[in-house]
Amino acid sequence: MQIEKETDDTLGVDRSCDISQPLEKLHPDERMKAASNYLRGTIIDSLVDPVTGAVVETDTKLMKFHGIYQQDDRDLRDERRRQKLEPAWQFMIRVRLAGGVCTPAQWSKLSELALAHGNGTLRLTTRQTFQFHGVLKRSLKPAIQGLNEVLLDTIAACGDDARGVMSSVNPHLSALHREVWELARRTSDQVIPRQRAYHEIWLDGEKKVSSEAEEPVYGKTYLPRKFKFGFAIPPLNDIDVYTQDAGFIAIADGETLTGFNLTVGGGMGRTDRTPHTYPRLGDVVGYFPKERLPEVAQAIITIQRDYGNRVDRSRARFKYTIDDKGVDWFRRELEARVGFALAPAREFAFDTNADGYGWTQGSDGAWHYTLFIENGRIDDRGERRLMSGLQALARVHEGEFRVTPNQNLIIAQVPEKAKAAVSSLLEQYGMHNSNRASALRLNSMACVGFPTCGLAMAESERYLPVLIDRIEALTQKHGLEDQAIVTRMTGCPNGCARPYVAELGFTGRAPGKYNMYLGGGAHGQRMNRMYLENVGEDRILAELDAIFARYASERSDGEPFGDFVIRAGYVREVISGRDFNA
Amino acid sequence: MSSIAIADSAVSETDRQLIRSLARSLSPEQALWVSGYFAGAAEARSELVELSREASTVSSRASAVQPPAALLKILYASESGNAAALARQIESKAQGLGLRVGVEDLARYKTRGLAEEQTVLFVASTHGEGEPPETAASFFEFLAGRKAPALPGMRFAVLALGDSTYEFFCEAGRQLDRRLAELGATRLADRCDCDVDYEADAAAWTERLLASLQADGVGHAGPAGGAAPGGPLPAGVSGLSGGSAVSGRPAYDKSRPFPAPLAASLRLTGRGSTKETRHLEFDLAGSGLDYLPGDALGVVARNDPALVSEIVEYFGWSGSEPVAGRSGETTIAQALVGEFEITALTPRFIERWAQLSGDTALAELVSKQPRSELASFMAGNQIVDLVRKRPAPGIVPQEFVASLRGLQPRLYSIASSAQFADDEVHLCVAPLKFHLHDRERHGVASRYLAEDLQPGDTVPVYVQRNDNFRLPEDPATPIVMIGAGTGVAPYRAFMQHREALGIEGRSWLFFGERNFRSDFLYQTEWQAWHRAKALTRIDLAFSRDQQHKVYVQDRLRERATELFAWLDDGAHVYVCGDAEQMARDVHTALLSIVSGGLGCDDEAAEAWLRELQAEGRYQRDVY
Repeated sequence: MQIEKETDDTLGVDRSCDISQPLEKLHPDERMKAASNYLRGTIIDSLVDPVTGAVVETDTKLMKFHGIYQQDDRDLRDERRRQKLEPAWQFMIRVRLAGGVCTPAQWSKLSELALAHGNGTLRLTTRQTFQFHGVLKRSLKPAIQGLNEVLLDTIAACGDDARGVMSSVNPHLSALHREVWELARRTSDQVIPRQRAYHEIWLDGEKKVSSEAEEPVYGKTYLPRKFKFGFAIPPLNDIDVYTQDAGFIAIADGETLTGFNLTVGGGMGRTDRTPHTYPRLGDVVGYFPKERLPEVAQAIITIQRDYGNRVDRSRARFKYTIDDKGVDWFRRELEARVGFALAPAREFAFDTNADGYGWTQGSDGAWHYTLFIENGRIDDRGERRLMSGLQALARVHEGEFRVTPNQNLIIAQVPEKAKAAVSSLLEQYGMHNSNRASALRLNSMACVGFPTCGLAMAESERYLPVLIDRIEALTQKHGLEDQAIVTRMTGCPNGCARPYVAELGFTGRAPGKYNMYLGGGAHGQRMNRMYLENVGEDRILAELDAIFARYASERSDGEPFGDFVIRAGYVREVISGRDFNA
Repeated sequence: MSSIAIADSAVSETDRQLIRSLARSLSPEQALWVSGYFAGAAEARSELVELSREASTVSSRASAVQPPAALLKILYASESGNAAALARQIESKAQGLGLRVGVEDLARYKTRGLAEEQTVLFVASTHGEGEPPETAASFFEFLAGRKAPALPGMRFAVLALGDSTYEFFCEAGRQLDRRLAELGATRLADRCDCDVDYEADAAAWTERLLASLQADGVGHAGPAGGAAPGGPLPAGVSGLSGGSAVSGRPAYDKSRPFPAPLAASLRLTGRGSTKETRHLEFDLAGSGLDYLPGDALGVVARNDPALVSEIVEYFGWSGSEPVAGRSGETTIAQALVGEFEITALTPRFIERWAQLSGDTALAELVSKQPRSELASFMAGNQIVDLVRKRPAPGIVPQEFVASLRGLQPRLYSIASSAQFADDEVHLCVAPLKFHLHDRERHGVASRYLAEDLQPGDTVPVYVQRNDNFRLPEDPATPIVMIGAGTGVAPYRAFMQHREALGIEGRSWLFFGERNFRSDFLYQTEWQAWHRAKALTRIDLAFSRDQQHKVYVQDRLRERATELFAWLDDGAHVYVCGDAEQMARDVHTALLSIVSGGLGCDDEAAEAWLRELQAEGRYQRDVY
């Protein structure tokens, strides 16, 4: 791209691709956003167009800002084309849910809506929220209105804006969790778009004509791309804080929160064979006291709003802003905007990014049950009836539910006296067996992929369980069945299941073909590196067989798989984002 | 013989229609004679042109016969947008060189025009394991299939995009390149296979290609392929336009149906549908059969072999017993499959059966007046039911067939336009199924078409003219098409015809079925016509998509004011489909729309509609 070099005189920063440029010089999506009248576009007309189950193309982009993705059943795409039918258009609706916490009443409503308007399943996501799949155009409004009845919305669950905010589910530290989650929720509310289009379109809200700007912070063009915040509570790094655009690592004195270490510039998405795109882990830039959180969050958003790349969407994530302009520049810019200096980062230590399963007691005495949900899919399958069972549970449960960043579920805040009833329901609906899966499976995670995701190039959710079956045969052969190996698969390189920090990662290239990655850090502290490109299952299993054989005999005591493959020379350690493709 | 390729763009669309129609209706001998006539006419004309060129190279006459500059067409198949962007870049480069150039996405490309393309640059990417982009899948299928035309007049080059880490690198481009050559097209340049970093390779290759085209004169002047000059045809040629004027009558008709091979058969209704509506394509090449939108196709079906076996076994026959069929001696099994009606009861059959079985009650039933009891008996029983209920032991095959009536052809409204589908005729068929005495029963022809026929099998067919279902003569006259289910078939023919002839009058479709997702017959075609504004308006009624049922007549009422305005503007109204319910309810709705529009009572509205009918402006094809 040939763009005139323009620099900011005061800071000497390249401003040639950011919002300071006239719209005509920016990516077409910037003009589309600016012309959308704060995300209204022609969505209302699209919804009532009877000739197609789809909406017009610009509206598909705008609807992401409303938490809705247009998709089609890709299993049927070819068949329907021959039948002279349009693709089986349908929509995915993603709920905005801070920190994954919802009430039993909300759970009941979510299940009811999934059965009435979706494909009968609920999908827990890697960012601690719910997705409905298979919603037809005419069911969108009833579904969103149903969510509204239980005070849930889908605003900015996708789109170029700040997504739902993540928060560690750490069940042991009850008071600390409560306080950090509360701050995550407030941050989510603080950075949510202010537009009224959502209420007008989905909730039949009154159309207001107003000259005042609807988005005092975002402005007409919102952010260059999506933006992800997350809060981690050491020693658990379940949210993979280094993969967040901006992460807050809770620093506490005992269970008393004092402030946060700030990480910036993490992100997973990349494009195959495009070296200027890469996953990147966030840098820890310093510490600030908890009272300053609102200003810090606001400043981060506005820095990315002002400096993020709006010409090339493949370079528009915050990680590239940080990488291109430098962490020191960011710290100066942040401090100038908030009016105080960051303190040096405080000490902290993570030990895992995985969930612990089964019953555990919090420091306040309440009980929590973490239930393994393979790839986050809530449905009834044979004896294991998650959909019905959790509906039954929601009717009696008095605590809350927490969706974990590993797509599992915590039945949280169960009083001692109710524990037996919960256990019996888990058994009655065949849910309790889930947690008896192998260590490998309990630490595995896949994105949705085929048949609904429009980006998928290969199977993911439907295939990982099968691949795990076959890898389990190898771990058994080599006596590694108790070894937890964080294994993640995505159907494309965009990284929804955070595959680039897995010890064993797969990203889809074509049906049956994957890139295979090795060497991620067991608590999310290190990215992996591509070991094989574009290979099928036979090759994957043959390679793992050989690597497991050596791992079983040569590993040192407690050495994680991700560390071993580097020491043994299978892959070189990845030191930075730019190094990922090197 | 009738699949003549007319590559010369200098022949006007009207003339081309004329020639096609002529070709279709002529017998081989006649065609030979006509070709001789044209050869002579062409020779005479080209001499004339030569003379006039020699006389004056700058004469206006010479420039008038100059055909339009040949066009460089860039066709692309894009998955992620790279091929599309590249195609646009090449377009602007070509324009910069002064070439006449057009770009089209293969996703929307009309393959009918392919044989007429002269210079084409394909930009094609590959995705997955060697697949073409999904949007272009139809084009690739068409090109690979048996319907792909010969392309002797085409010069082409392929720019293939791919990713060399895949096993089938640039496979879509390779296939295209190979297949075009197979079809007789001439390669302008060797294919260029580009990896993900395609920019430099593509630019260099494009530059060389465009330079050679520029040197070649594409887009500047001159005919590309030895085309005959345009201008009016010799006098007298137009007198040949009606094939029937020469031949007297077409070679095939109801008495002598044409064995048409089934070219394609596919289910139109999507998964989850309550219907199994199918689309069938028959090949009429060589038949001389021609048809107009609104016509029906007569299909000579065959009975269900399972039902034939059941009858033969029930009577204890072997099936090979000789009987006198309608066209000579045959076996009982063959006669029952292909010559006689063996499902519905007739009074004649019941009467004969009463005699054969000696059943007096049956004899009484058939002679009793009024015949309501007989009618309800016939509605509630078929031949197999009767012969089982009232046995006639010892009956011989000849006695049985003597009581049957001959198998009748079934008529289906044609779903294609001859101007559009060339040598094909398309049908839209919903298999008829119902339960009687706890058994599933099938419509004879719809079962045969849907279940027995495989592509390549031939079916005897003929064209049944229907002058009572015709497009308006004036192309500017608006049309309102109302239909439910397979009643949409003739409207597809209408739209194809209008597209082929470039008719631009307003059009409005009202279509009804059960479910939007699975039953919107020919959905993508309607969408394309609507997008292109060839279909002005469309209203849909899917009865089972909401709590309360909604039908086409409800949509008509919702649009009463606008609809009356169309009628007032002289629109022609068509109704096609189920006679019992739909056509009656639509008529009632039209009555109320007319009475509302005129401010008159039902009687006056009825008279108004009758007048409309008399003028041929309210036409129905209901069954």
